[in-house]
Amino acid sequence: MGMTITEKIISAHSGLQEIRAGQFVYADVDICLGNDITAPIAIEQFERLGIDKIFNPDGVVLVPDHFTPNKDIKSAQNAKLLREFAQKHRIKNYFEVGRVGIEHALLPEKGIVVPGDLVIGADSHTCTYGAMGIFSTGVGSTDLAACYATGKVWLKVPETIKFVFNGKLNKWVSGKDLILYVIGDIGVDGAGYKAMEFSGPVITDLSMDDRLAMCNMAIEAGAKNGIIEPDDCTEKYIKDRAQREYKFYYSDADCEYLGIHEYDVSTLSPQVALPNLPENIRPVEDLSDIKIDQVVIGSCTNGRISDLRIAAKILKNKKIDPSVRLIVIPATQGVYLEALKEGLIEIFINAECVVSTPTCGPCLGGHMGILAEGERALSTTNRNFAGRMGHPKSEIYLCNPAVAAASAITGKITHPEYID
Amino acid sequence: MNGKCWKYGDNVNTDGIIPARYLNTTDVKELASHCMEDIDPEFVKKAGEGDIIVAGDNFGCGSSREHAPISIKAFGISCVIAKSFARIFFRNAINIGLPIFESEDAGAEISDGDEVKVDINSSKITNLTTNKEYSFTPFADEMKDIIQAGGLMEYIKANY
Ligand code: SF4
Repeated sequence: MGMTITEKIISAHSGLQEIRAGQFVYADVDICLGNDITAPIAIEQFERLGIDKIFNPDGVVLVPDHFTPNKDIKSAQNAKLLREFAQKHRIKNYFEVGRVGIEHALLPEKGIVVPGDLVIGADSHTCTYGAMGIFSTGVGSTDLAACYATGKVWLKVPETIKFVFNGKLNKWVSGKDLILYVIGDIGVDGAGYKAMEFSGPVITDLSMDDRLAMCNMAIEAGAKNGIIEPDDCTEKYIKDRAQREYKFYYSDADCEYLGIHEYDVSTLSPQVALPNLPENIRPVEDLSDIKIDQVVIGSCTNGRISDLRIAAKILKNKKIDPSVRLIVIPATQGVYLEALKEGLIEIFINAECVVSTPTCGPCLGGHMGILAEGERALSTTNRNFAGRMGHPKSEIYLCNPAVAAASAITGKITHPEYID
Repeated sequence: MNGKCWKYGDNVNTDGIIPARYLNTTDVKELASHCMEDIDPEFVKKAGEGDIIVAGDNFGCGSSREHAPISIKAFGISCVIAKSFARIFFRNAINIGLPIFESEDAGAEISDGDEVKVDINSSKITNLTTNKEYSFTPFADEMKDIIQAGGLMEYIKANY
């Protein structure tokens, strides 16, 4: 019997000819990622081991993106720990503030992760890179510390659920809406411990930015990884960025899936996740008179250039509602520069939005836009747990960048076609 | 393990267990002092050393922050029993040596305040308040090796 793309990549990294879902392996890691929240614990653990060398300095990536530019003294201490560790071990993929971006936008953009890789990251949204035909999964700080020492990670090979998207997407509907719709369908633990493989004609037509947004939220269905088989779009995206050789893997025709979900998404409209779980999905037109205090356009889900282009298209020559604060956060310095060149930043500022330096910031309630008690945000981020963006009694609604921009103009949750 | 239970529902997430406003520190005592804060602000006042957290499905969903199981362990909670655990929380708990047990029935039936005993050797959870017994999902052999070593770093020390 054949193997799925997920099984093939894990097998190639475990020195085993053939592996099966459920099997326990110690796999070789190509890239392991840590950030300013998770890497400090990993570094402390690694240093306690008393080994003086990390497995491979080029396989270690450190991205201080959550609380940077350092929001307070404690964060500064943590950022310093990362910086010194990077210097000591000659880690070239350490990103100082002026070069940084949100990790899951930065690693694909720079070609640090490439198709066929096995990637772990001490950050749950490490599953993002599956969009490029990579097996990538979120782990904890201790896993990261162990990987610094051994270059390996323990894994149970996941079963795969396949999701096939047929039809043609409506205007204003994006990869974000597809993944929200799926989470709404299967629930926040509907793919617990499983691989989610996305395919079908709609995925073939989807841009890499949209594919990244989809795989990013596989974790919101409890999945171990999200993955899309590589194709022309992958090749076009990676060929000028790849820092290493890459390899395309595909699922065999006779591989085994735990289940197959087929959707016709031709009538799908933009989706909104209501508080406090990403599975609480409604089509945007079902929501009326939901007033919002803050809008955030950014994050590792929707802070890429195509997201900013969509938002700018809607905000051009308009002003946001005076009762709303709209915070735009380009995900990387590269995205920021491109947005500047294309005149998007000017559109945002003229519309009276604030534009922040790349950071996770408000997405996790870190800084740069924390909510007060009772406030309500509409956000292109990926989690709407109670209090994630600030006060435990604040609310988050999740949506795509078009809905976010349109709603900022009216002050309440709005279908973008209303503005168009 | 023997302790008083504190019962929570489904989808207890890591933002609730340890909110991001405390993630600028790795100090375990400080993390322990905010354990479960946004799920139950009274938790650190009412719970004590050796107590047990019991919950429904998908306990520990959300972020990969190891600060969550660390704060629970450092607070002195003896183990967590849930219907099911979110994947990253599960591996983090194994890796740092926080005992966790998956049991559909125990997660459903144990109530707030019950006295519960867990016997790892016989794979049994006993509710001393109701006199009911439950079994929990056994760990894979490879995971047992990590647990027996006292966590992943200890396992590596012994095996590399
Ligand atoms: S943008 Fe949000 S979800 Fe993404 S890595 Fe940062 S904190 Fe996590």
